[in-house]
Amino acid sequence: MEVRDGLRYSDDHEWLRLEGDVGVIGITAYAADQLGDVVFVEMPAVGATLTLHQAFGVVESVKAVSDLYAPVGGEVVGVNEALAGRPELVNSDPYGDGWMVKLRVADAAQVDALKDADAYRELIRAG
Amino acid sequence: MTAPRIEMTIGPELGPRTALGPMLQPTLMELSRPGRGEGKVPHPPADALEDIPVEHRRAMPPALPELNEAEVVRHFVNLSHLNYSIDSGFYPLGSCTMKFNPKINEWAARLFGFAKLHPLAPDALAQGTLQLLWELEEALKEISGMAAVTLQPAAGAHGELTGILMVRAYHEARGDHDRREVIVPDSSHGTNPATASMAGFTTVTVPSDERGGVDLDALRAALSPRTAAVMLTNPSTLGLFEDRIVELLDAVHAAGALAYMDGANLNAVLGKFRPGAAGFDVMHFNVHKTFSTPHGGGGPGAGPVGVGEALLPYLPSPLVLREPDGSFRLERPGERPESIGRVRAYQGSTGVLVRAYAYIRAHGGTGLAQVSEDAVLAANYLKSRLGGAYEIPFDRPCKHEFVATARPLKEATGVRTLDVAKRLIDKGYHPPTIYFPLIVEECLLIEPTETESVETLDAFAEALIEIAREAHEDPDLVIGAPHSAPVRRLDEATAARQPDLRWRAMTGAETPCPQ
Repeated sequence: MEVRDGLRYSDDHEWLRLEGDVGVIGITAYAADQLGDVVFVEMPAVGATLTLHQAFGVVESVKAVSDLYAPVGGEVVGVNEALAGRPELVNSDPYGDGWMVKLRVADAAQVDALKDADAYRELIRAG
Repeated sequence: MTAPRIEMTIGPELGPRTALGPMLQPTLMELSRPGRGEGKVPHPPADALEDIPVEHRRAMPPALPELNEAEVVRHFVNLSHLNYSIDSGFYPLGSCTMKFNPKINEWAARLFGFAKLHPLAPDALAQGTLQLLWELEEALKEISGMAAVTLQPAAGAHGELTGILMVRAYHEARGDHDRREVIVPDSSHGTNPATASMAGFTTVTVPSDERGGVDLDALRAALSPRTAAVMLTNPSTLGLFEDRIVELLDAVHAAGALAYMDGANLNAVLGKFRPGAAGFDVMHFNVHKTFSTPHGGGGPGAGPVGVGEALLPYLPSPLVLREPDGSFRLERPGERPESIGRVRAYQGSTGVLVRAYAYIRAHGGTGLAQVSEDAVLAANYLKSRLGGAYEIPFDRPCKHEFVATARPLKEATGVRTLDVAKRLIDKGYHPPTIYFPLIVEECLLIEPTETESVETLDAFAEALIEIAREAHEDPDLVIGAPHSAPVRRLDEATAARQPDLRWRAMTGAETPCPQ
């Protein structure tokens, strides 16, 4: 299962890519595989402020419904509108077109506290 | 998500098709022929529409199917032949859906005095039904060790809501307004957090320990002066008895919270474990699981709730009372002012409650204990038979159900639990619950129930073992299953992403649902 180098990862199987002070967030290929075919993604409102680990959305698959947890705190500055009509993007391109939200990161230290790709590989290997 | 299509086009000259391709059983609309139903529906009098404003009258008559009686009978009988039921084969989905319903239950529920009683009949004309309800309350008290029982809730989840609303009333009556949290384990039924949310609480989840029980230290850490209740299922959804239940409940009560028992798995411990005696303050009974009533499935079900002394004042009203002279009556409005009030019209789903009563009386106390013993024996037997072909994540004695996982099979062959379940259909079995509880990857939750013979259990075990062998030898055979069912693998993902919620006939140029 692909773990992309250069991204940061949370224990809840979300990835974060830093673009300036904005973090782009999605779920990992491993998470998408575990969930199975995603059929619905519920997003926060743009402008909402999230705290670290706050549940900010819901991803629903044919198998299960799971909360999404903010890997870092910050203000929501964008959501992936395409997922409303094409939730399957989460499965087909989890690190690309399947991204979910963009947050203006409030505290850079929270980004530093996330795992790097090798540490995340170790996490999913351990199961 | 596409909007439901509302226009209806019927083109018999083009030949109707269904979304399933070759038609298994045409819909009534497809079988309909204009004029064939003529005379069956009485025409309204000519002036019937006079009082309805013109703009609210429909421009065209509704498209109702028109068939003769024999066609209607054959349609439904043929549909019923496509069904798989507990009366036609083994159902390892167990009591979650429906265990075997002894036919004596149906006899009892059809007795004229129960079936035809008017729900507004005065108490004096309803003594038989009131006595039955009162005796059922007494039986459930004895079984559960609770102080009192309400029969009103219409389903297990409704019972949960009723129970947690009583918990809320209890804390509010004490002025304890900061208790806004309900704690549930990560193995809980989805209805538990849903109940907490419906009743205005937030949910806190605690993890399971490595033995599949509630992590006691994590529970202690989560408990606080904000905790209103802890909802536990015992035996758990993993089919495991919480052997530290006394310590768990002590911790809950020490924090000033109440303990709710989700009684979904009570059928495993009848006559062995009384939740009220263990210290639970409130619980619901799933009468379909424990007492073999039909599953409500959104229709008339029942989920009675038992409470301990602390919650007695808040029980829904009216309860059935027995007078000193031996007659029965319903509580009068306002007789118990702290009651949370009615949670359902009339006296609950009485027809279902009659069936539960019949089951309890047909078995008696020792018979009910035997029900649990047989259910537990059957589950442990199946678990031991399957241990070689599938992984058993919590390999200790289980109660009435157990969890197996096809994770090693998936890693070795690419065959997933979903594929195993679909292949079981080819072998003549309804698949068990899969992918629940959520905490075990690729899991199958198998519950054989108390009624199955050793021959049935052996045949089912051999079918599952054979599927594991097929997965290694010819994985495509399993991944492509079912091969022998009326329909092949359905596209669940597209059905959920683009739900097509209303039937209409497909005409020539249109394609059926995406494959």
